[in-house]
Amino acid sequence: MSAAAHAEAHEHHGPPAPHYSSRIRPETLGMYLFIASEIMLFGSFFTAYFFVRIVNGTPWPTPPYHLPVFVAGINTVILMTSSATMHWATTAIKRGNVWGMRAGLTLTFLMGLAFLISQIFEYMRAGFATKDGAFPTIFFCLTGLHGCHVFVGLTILLFMTIRAFRGHFSADHHHGVEIGGIYWHFVDVMWIVVFTTVYIL
Amino acid sequence: MRNPLRSEGEAYRFLWIVVIGAAVIVGAAYINTWLGVAVAVLLFGALGWWLWGEPVPGAADPPKPVVSATPPGMRRVLVIAPPGTASVPVPDGAEVLVVVPALASTSESLTGDVDDRRADAEATAAALAAAIPGSRAEVGADDPALAAEDALRVFGADEVLVVGDGEMLDAVRERVAIPVSRA
Repeated sequence: MSAAAHAEAHEHHGPPAPHYSSRIRPETLGMYLFIASEIMLFGSFFTAYFFVRIVNGTPWPTPPYHLPVFVAGINTVILMTSSATMHWATTAIKRGNVWGMRAGLTLTFLMGLAFLISQIFEYMRAGFATKDGAFPTIFFCLTGLHGCHVFVGLTILLFMTIRAFRGHFSADHHHGVEIGGIYWHFVDVMWIVVFTTVYIL
Repeated sequence: MRNPLRSEGEAYRFLWIVVIGAAVIVGAAYINTWLGVAVAVLLFGALGWWLWGEPVPGAADPPKPVVSATPPGMRRVLVIAPPGTASVPVPDGAEVLVVVPALASTSESLTGDVDDRRADAEATAAALAAAIPGSRAEVGADDPALAAEDALRVFGADEVLVVGDGEMLDAVRERVAIPVSRA
């Protein structure tokens, strides 16, 4: 019996295929569970932030420190633009435009990298450290936690981009781009929450 | 419930909803802190309403009956026998898997007090495995139909024999798409 015939026989006999009770592809479900755990992790840090700022009444930012709102605003624009290029990449590959996807993923990666580098410089020039009290501690924890997620997102993006240039994705097969895109947008959503609560309000 | 991260496109749309919502809250908070709080509460409520407003796709659909098959030249029979069953007549030459559902009352199930029921089922399974030559027996879920469904996912069978009342027979018939008869 040939391998193909054997595979066909195997397909039609014996126990049924594993059942996906959730109606969601396992990879996507895995990403959802990962994001759910991330939301809980961010939730614990935001709880600490609200406790320090609202319950304890710690001035925000505590004088004489200042938050680099302008730089963070520029970073926000960079991150929002990277989401747009990520969406462009996904839309492109859905239409079979491989070079559009490659360009979109490369731009997204570069902008994510720019955000991270900018955040590192922001830390170096902040003028305060975690030892300086509750405000700097929470500031570094929240923004640092988000920075870690950007780093994870960049790692995913790097692999996606490499795979894109190796021709792994097509109009019919682009699940890897879709899942990575969901994570990248989630990271951006969290940044909007962090930027609004920590820098603006 | 709506899933804002169902696809990359929906996640991107959700990102902009969050951006607009954050901008509105910041704008309100600059006018007055308590106005910002009120707007935030309103927007979070609206977000919750929007997320809960859509039913889960396919949640209302009836479950698909489990189909099953055996390799050519083999005859496999799945037996669903409640605890206390002493013997089951099975076709000669068939490969038999006996599943004994660990039947428990509602209060026992809710409180997790199922150890005794499971022990009864294990004793029955051991007795039936010894009574039916060449058979295997194991304990299944507390719902006979679910026990049959679980077993068929790992044991392709030609037919299901149910030991028990008509209600149990009907419940299994609804869940599987292979012949089901009373033993």
